[in-house]
Amino acid sequence: MRKLIATVVVALAVASPALAEESVRIFDAWARASVLASRPGAAYVTVESATEDQLLGVATPVAGQVMIHAVEKDGDISRMKHIETLELPAGERITLAPGGMHLMLMGLQDKLSEGTTFPMTLSFENAGEITVEVSVLGIAAVGPREAAE
Amino acid sequence: MTSTKTTQLRRIRFSLWILVAAAVLALGGAYFVRMIGVREPPPVTVGEAAIRSEFSLIDHNGNRVTEADFLGHWQLVFFGFTHCPDVCPTTLAYLANVLDRLGGEVERVAPIFITVDPSRDTPQVMAAYVQAFHPKLVGLTGSESEVAAAAQSFRVYYERMEEATAPDGYLMAHAGHIYLMRPEGRFEDVFREGEQSAEEMAADVLARMNGKQ
Repeated sequence: MRKLIATVVVALAVASPALAEESVRIFDAWARASVLASRPGAAYVTVESATEDQLLGVATPVAGQVMIHAVEKDGDISRMKHIETLELPAGERITLAPGGMHLMLMGLQDKLSEGTTFPMTLSFENAGEITVEVSVLGIAAVGPREAAE
Repeated sequence: MTSTKTTQLRRIRFSLWILVAAAVLALGGAYFVRMIGVREPPPVTVGEAAIRSEFSLIDHNGNRVTEADFLGHWQLVFFGFTHCPDVCPTTLAYLANVLDRLGGEVERVAPIFITVDPSRDTPQVMAAYVQAFHPKLVGLTGSESEVAAAAQSFRVYYERMEEATAPDGYLMAHAGHIYLMRPEGRFEDVFREGEQSAEEMAADVLARMNGKQ
């Protein structure tokens, strides 16, 4: 019996990352090169979930803390708003981009240098944890696609 | 005679009631606006004569400067802060891109970044920050009151927002415009990153500098 439970646990552990990758897709993970290590950096991703899900949190070894920020426009004033969780409606592509939603990287170990990459782990309510490699683009970059064009 | 007087009194009373009603409506309206948190929009409309380039601040080399130091140059002015992770670097990178597209005419332009967070943005911090974006970019800081006065002259709105999870427990909210000021310090136009490409903004700025618009 104990052996059976162990087998099931192992099977689940192996199966869950595969399931996660199927339900949630993350692409175009990039960050803008930062000027000073003591200033927050910003990272951007595009997320799409086949089923309804929620992004609960983000972590990376290069920063002490990652916060999900939305930008509220009140006329001409931009206010950054810290959001606890990001709703992912089924099948809808959510793009974080400059001037809008972004991941604020606080407590950077070092400034983000162009041409480097770093791992970032996104935790979803249903899909679990997914780690992606984030490309650090130039300080003037507006996105990985524009850069490629 | 009496009846005329009564009519007059009635008229006066009626007028007074109208005044009272208007006052109640105005006050109530103002209170309602405050209650729902609607702020007066900053007057950044095109052609706003009240917007002027007037300031006394410290540049990123530690020198006291005023608008007089930039007279004769078309000024491109943006207010922000260095702890701003997204809008400020995006806008400054865009501004740098515009400058690169002005060719030799860039010598007639003074791009200026004024912090709204002077307690953290010292001249040393501003120096490291502006140099990362463009060699011509000038960073300005000062005391809280000097920065407030500069923002007032540009009619720029900003505020400190308490946010426990942010560095030092606060963020700044601010208008994200780039002001184009004429060589004598008068307002010419306002641009916003994302509303036109860097090429388009550069072409527009060049046309204005050369009197084609």
